[in-house]
Order: sequence, then structure tokens, then C-alpha cells
Amino acid sequence: MSVQSEVLTVFRLVAEEHSKTLAPLVDDLPLLDSGLDSLCFAVIVARLEDVLGVDPFSSGDDAPFPVTVGDFVKAYENATK
Amino acid sequence: MSSAGSLSHRFLWGSAAGVSFGDLREGSALGGRTEELRNRSVLVATKAQLTAALALIELDGVARRLVLWPSDLRREDLPFVLNAAAVDAIVIDEGTSGGDIPSVGCVVPCSPKVEPATRDRDASLATEWVLLTSGTTGRPKLVVHTMESLAGAIERVTAESVVWSTFYDIRRYGGLQIFLRTVLTQASLVLSGEQESTRDFLARAGAHGVTHISGTPSHWRRALMSSSAHMIAPSYIRLSGEIADQAILDRLQSFYPHARIAHAFASTEAGVAFEVNDGLAGFPARFVGETGPEVEMNAKNGTLRIRSRRNAASYIGQQNNVLRDEDGFVDTGDMLELQGDRYYFAGRRDGMINVGGMKVHPEEVEAVINRHPRVRMSLVHARRNPITGALVVADVVLGREPDHATERRDELQREILQLCKSMLPRHKVPAKINIVPALTFDAAGKLARHDA
Repeated sequence: MSVQSEVLTVFRLVAEEHSKTLAPLVDDLPLLDSGLDSLCFAVIVARLEDVLGVDPFSSGDDAPFPVTVGDFVKAYENATK
Repeated sequence: MSSAGSLSHRFLWGSAAGVSFGDLREGSALGGRTEELRNRSVLVATKAQLTAALALIELDGVARRLVLWPSDLRREDLPFVLNAAAVDAIVIDEGTSGGDIPSVGCVVPCSPKVEPATRDRDASLATEWVLLTSGTTGRPKLVVHTMESLAGAIERVTAESVVWSTFYDIRRYGGLQIFLRTVLTQASLVLSGEQESTRDFLARAGAHGVTHISGTPSHWRRALMSSSAHMIAPSYIRLSGEIADQAILDRLQSFYPHARIAHAFASTEAGVAFEVNDGLAGFPARFVGETGPEVEMNAKNGTLRIRSRRNAASYIGQQNNVLRDEDGFVDTGDMLELQGDRYYFAGRRDGMINVGGMKVHPEEVEAVINRHPRVRMSLVHARRNPITGALVVADVVLGREPDHATERRDELQREILQLCKSMLPRHKVPAKINIVPALTFDAAGKLARHDA
């Protein structure tokens, strides 16, 4: 599975577990408009760390936080390169 | 609370309305019924923060006791709080029934439409301020402060051009500090709305020209993830309520290059202890052991202990909780780790987990997990997280194998999660259930609690 589809699969799974209605996941969708809240994103980051072995937001450099779904996916793509 | 200064230019803004301090000076948000609340123990139970703020200003020095009820607290804890604090009057939002709040004698509605009323009343009573904080048993702890202890860290300078805002609820310690700072330094304040999104709040704060703003690291992470962080241009950013790691400090500084960024340590019981202004996580080791005029700190047994006039006065309603140790210090329970010339926070001695500013006591989650018939014991602990600071994770030891060997682990994990979901608020539900062969016990035979 590509990193992108891995990330989006976890989005869908966590949305379902937290009974959230997910907006269509297009690249320029703002994360806060996706239907998920901070707790969902926290769980997503933890799951992805287990699956992909990376957590791009704890890496220590001050890379900006992702604002859109595309930013979020890109952070994982870069971290797994 | 004295709130002099050029009152008509200073405002308290809620999400739906704003009130000038000038109008408040000349009137009453309680429909002129202030005197009915004299000497009473008053629960301030409005949904809106603005009406709570107005009631607090009007009742400080008049009520015997002000009990601050944040609107997100569990309603089933209300009878306990009413009883423990001997509440005999309640302030609610005008036009609401107060929901299922039991009637306790006097109920006074509060409105942001301030009516003209004489305010040359006697406000000289030493009102007790009661804050609610989460306790190990799941019941809130009632922490008593005075205006002197609450305002001990606030420098009384006039700052009329300052517009404060906070992501916090002002009925919690962190938010109350900002509210009192606003009132006592003659500033203005933008309050967050109950159902307001991060984006709407930031847009509104920006429109009111916010200059100073506070929140937890988790609030700030959410703000930076919103597309609206650029809508404010503060000159001062304050973080508290959770450990501020280097990543969030750096991200904020690079997003707001002109802002002074400080992180502070405070707790409801210990009060405000110190502020760190050098842009680095942790704090200088010399703070501990220093006997300052205001705050003394030590690290006896590895946790941060604080003695100052900003400490709470007492608990009410619980006999078993000890506020101060034999030397008069409040033990914060926050473990310290010395690295070079700085101390860093290394989790909680009691294992308490801070999920985005919300406390989770492991015992209450373990109690739920242990109800599952296949679970012999469990250990709930924190897993570090870059969004909420921490998440709840559970290690579970199963009882002896069931008779049928067809049991599937993933199904069992799902069942345990379902049980947690049905009995606990979302932030307390483990993000992960690990089935493990055994747990570690310490020398005293207790589960070894340590942080991830």
C-alpha cells in the first residue's frame, strides 16, 4: 500500500471508531474541516507510528504543523523516504 | 475586585455579546439582585463564560463563597458539589431553566444586558473562591482559594491597551488567572465560546485586536493546525497546563516571530509557581531550592513541591486529601528530571495522564477494563503524542485460558474497547489495548506505574 492510502485508511478507521462523519478526503481539505477533532488526529498519529514506524510531528525539527490533508500525507511521505 | 481605569473603552467579549466595564460599573448583570446573594455560598453555573465573568465581578466581596462550575463538568457530580460546598444559591443564564440543576433556595439569572443599578454596595467580604479539579475517584476535588492567593502572581500595573484572550475556560485555574489579570490590570478580554470552533474563535480574537493570549500546548497545536492561526498577531503568548515541549515552543516562535513566548507552571492547588521566558523547554535548575520572596520550591523525593501565598487554602468535602506536606509545601506530583542545568518534567508520580489538558487517572480506566470477565488485571499508562501531549494506552493481562481455544485476541481487544467506550468519556478510552503476559509490581506489591 502506498503511504497515502495507508494514511487515508487510518483516517477512515479512526473516524468510524469515533463516530465522526468524514468529509471527502481531497488534498486541499483543511484538517479541521475533515470532521475529525484533535483527539482523532492524536490517535491517527499513534496508529501511523505503529504501522509506518515514523511520527513526523515529534521529530524535533520545527517543521510547521499540517493544515490540510495534503500537508498531512506529505509529512508522512517525506518521513518514510 | 477593583476595576478602575477608563472603563468605557475596556470590554469583556463573549462569543455572542460584549459588555463594557463602564456599563458594569453603573449596573447589574444580576437584575439588581446582588444583595440577595450576600453572605451566601453561590454556585456560578452559567453555560456562557461571559455571564460567569459578570457574576464573578459582581459577587466578589459580597458572596461568602463562589463555586465555579465549568459547563463541561458531569451533571451527576453536581449533588456532591452542592452538598460539599453548602451551596445555597445558584446563578444561571437568563432565559434558561438551568437544566436539571436541583433547586437550592435562591436562583438568580445573569444576563449580558447589564441593567442600571446602584453599585455603591459593600464588597468587603473575604469571599472564598472554590475551583473544581478532577480527583482520583472520578469525583471532582473542591479547592479553596482567596482573592489574595489567586491574584498573588499578578503585577498590578495598568495595561489599558492590552487585549487578553484565552483558549481556557475562565472557570478553570488557567483561565481564571487570565480573567483576573484582565480585571486587575485594566485590560480587555476575549472569551472563547462554548460551541465555537478554533477558527471562529481565532477570527473573533483577531478582530478584537488581541495582544496577549494563553492556552495549553494542545490548544496551540490545534490553532497551528487550523487555517486561522494567522488571524491573530499577538505580542505575548503564554502556555500552561501541560508540559511545553521544545517542538511547540519552536513552532510558535517561527509562526509568530514577533511574539514573546512564555511557558508557565501552575496548578489549581499550588498556584502560579514560575514563568520561563528563554524559549527553552524545562526550566533553570536554580529555580528549585531558591528561597524567593514569593515562591519556594524543592524536589523532595523527586517531585516538584511548592510553598507560597499563592497556594490554595484548603480542600472542602474530602477528608482524605492532604493539600500540604509537614513543611507546608504542596506536592504537585510532577516528577522532575535534571539534565545539565535544567529540570524537565518527567510525567506524574501517580501515573495521571494529561490528554490535551484533560486529566485521566489510570485507576478509573483500569476499573472499567477489569470488569471484562476475561481480564485479570490491567495497567493504564501514557503514550507520548505530538497532538494532545499524551494518549491513554492499556496493558491487559488475561485470566486463564477459556475452555474453548478459539478465542481471538483482536475480538477481545474490540470488546474491551467497546466496554470502555460505553462507560468513559472519549479522552479516557485507551487508544490501544496491548495484551501482555504479565505486569510489573514494585517492592510494596503495587503495580509499577511509570510514564511512557
